Amino acid sequence: MSGLKVLVGCKRVIDYAVKIRVKPDKTGIVTDGVKHSMNPFDEIAVEEAIRLKEKNIANEIIAISCGPAKNEETLRTALAMGMDRGIHVVVGDKDYETLQPLAVAKLIAKVAQDIKADLIILGKQAIDDDCNQTGQLLSAIMNVPQATCTSKLEFNNGRLKVSREVDGGLENLSVKLPCVVTADLRLNEPRFATLPNIMKAKKKKIDVMKVDDLAVDIKPHIETVSVVDPPVRSAGIKVEDVDTLIKKLKEQGFIKSLS
Amino acid sequence: MLRNTLKLPNSILYGIIQRYASTLIVIEHNNESLTPTSLHSISAAKAIGGDITCLVAGTKCKQIADAVSKIDGVKKVLFAENNIYKGFLPESLTPLVVDLQLKMKYTHILATSSSFAKNLLPRIAGKLDVAPISDILEVKNENTFVRTIYAGNAVTTIKSSDPVKVISVRATSFEMAKEGLSAANIEELAATTTPSDDVIWESAELSVSERPELTSAKIVVSGGRGMKSGENFNLLYKLADKLNAAVGASRAAVDAGYVPNDMQVGQTGKMVAPDLYIAVAISGAIQHLAGMKDSKCIVAINKDPEAPIFQVSDYGLVADLFKVVPELTEKI
Repeated sequence: MSGLKVLVGCKRVIDYAVKIRVKPDKTGIVTDGVKHSMNPFDEIAVEEAIRLKEKNIANEIIAISCGPAKNEETLRTALAMGMDRGIHVVVGDKDYETLQPLAVAKLIAKVAQDIKADLIILGKQAIDDDCNQTGQLLSAIMNVPQATCTSKLEFNNGRLKVSREVDGGLENLSVKLPCVVTADLRLNEPRFATLPNIMKAKKKKIDVMKVDDLAVDIKPHIETVSVVDPPVRSAGIKVEDVDTLIKKLKEQGFIKSLS
Repeated sequence: MLRNTLKLPNSILYGIIQRYASTLIVIEHNNESLTPTSLHSISAAKAIGGDITCLVAGTKCKQIADAVSKIDGVKKVLFAENNIYKGFLPESLTPLVVDLQLKMKYTHILATSSSFAKNLLPRIAGKLDVAPISDILEVKNENTFVRTIYAGNAVTTIKSSDPVKVISVRATSFEMAKEGLSAANIEELAATTTPSDDVIWESAELSVSERPELTSAKIVVSGGRGMKSGENFNLLYKLADKLNAAVGASRAAVDAGYVPNDMQVGQTGKMVAPDLYIAVAISGAIQHLAGMKDSKCIVAINKDPEAPIFQVSDYGLVADLFKVVPELTEKI
C-alpha cells in the first residue's frame, strides 16, 4: 500500500510541565505569558505520520491546527519534525476561548473531505481540556471507522491493524480506510526537531484558511460558568519509621480489618 | 416563552422539567458479567432526576439485563443481543443508541467513564450533533455539571445548551447504585445495523489478576520508576495481597516496561480514589496526581524528601523502599 494522504491534528496547549494558575475572576486559566507547546499526544500523532512516510506507506503528510495566529508556531514545530505542509484554520482569539471539540471536529472534517485524506491521526486527548472527544466526533461526522487510544499501528492488505489500549489490557482491530486514529502515549517516541530541520521548516508551506471559508458553525454548545482551584489537601506529616506508619493507619481505621 | 404562557412559578416549572428528564444509561459488561463501575452512572442519573432506562447490548446479555433490572432506581432495561455487537465496537453500538434517542428523546445519555465509554459516547454525540461532556464529578442541575481540566488542577462548572446531554461520569465521584426491592421491566430491542467489514474486532490481550480491580479497590499500592525493575514489583504484590489491595503504577514504571499499561494511574491512565493509596517510589508528577489525589488517605514512601508526592501525602516516610516495603508487609 502506498500513497496515503495523512492529516494530523496539532493543538497548541500550555506546556505539560507548567503549574497552571486560575484567573482571579474565575473565568478561566491564565494563558498570557505562559509557555505553550504542542499537545504531547499530538507530537506522537505527528511522529506516527512521519514514520508512515518513511515506510513509503504515506505519500503526503499534512499538519492541521485550529486556533489563533500563535498556532502557526505549533505547525512550524510539526513541519520541523518532518510534516510536509501545514493547514492553519484561523480562529479569532474571542472565538477560540469557546472553541470546543465538536467545532474542531467539524473544521477538521471539512478540510479532510476537501483534501481527500485517507487517514486522520489525532492525539487521544488534549492535556488542557482533557476531553478525549475530538477523534471520535470527527469519525462520527465523517461517518468513518475510529481506532482510539492506539499503541500499535500497521498496514496489511490495505487495512489498518491497530492495538488499542483498553481498561483490561489491549484489543486488536482491523480497520478499513479512510478512518480516524487517535494516538496513545505508547504508540511511539516522538523525535526532536533538529536545528537544520527547524530552518528548513521555515520554507515549508502553511495554507491559511478562515472558518467562514469552510462554512462551519463553531458556535459553542457549552458555556463555562466558572473555573476554580481544586480543593487543597491539608498538609500531612512525615513519619519516622514503619511502626509509626502502621500505628497511624490503624488509628485512622484504614487497615483495621486486617489480622 | 413557556413560563410566560403558563404563568408558573419557577419552582413548579423546575419540577416539571425534572419530571420530564429521562436518562438512558449505556451499561458496560463483558457478556459474562456486569462491569460494577457501570453502576456509578446510575447514581449520577438519580442526581439529574427523572426516569432511568438502562441499555445492555452485546452478543449475550439477557442475564446482565436481569441483573441491571434489579438495581435501585432503574425504571426500564432494554437489551439487544446480536453478534454484530462483538467487541462492543462504537461503529455498531452508535446506530443502536442514536435510533433509540430519535424515538425516545432522552434528555441525557450517560455511561461511566472507562475506555469503553470514552470510545463510544463522543461518537454518539457526533451523530446527534451535540457536544459531549467528559468525566463529570458533580451534577449541579440537569444542564450544569462539574468536571476537572488541566490534569485536575482546575475545576470547571459548565452548562450545556444541547437538547440531549451525552455525559461520561467519573466513577470515583458517585456512589455505586445498589440492588433495590423490585425489578424493572425488561424489553428486547432489534439490532439496527447489519454486519459490516469497516471494523473487525480481532482479539483482546487482557491482563489476568486475582487482585481487586484497580478503579474500585479500597486500597491501592502503586509503584514508580524507583522500583527499578519488573521483578521488584513483587515486593508491592506481596504487600497488596496482605492488604487485599490492587496494584497500580506511574507512567514511568509502565514506560520502563516494569508493568503493563492497564495498571497506569494518572491523567491518561485510570482515575482511582481508594480509601488508602500507598505510593511507593513515585515522585508525584502533576500527571500522576491527577489520577489519585482524591484518595481518602495517601501514604508516600520515597527516599527523596523533596519529592512532590510528600506535598499531597497524609503520611510520608522518607526511606529506601527495598528496606521498608518488606518490613511493612511483615508487620501489617
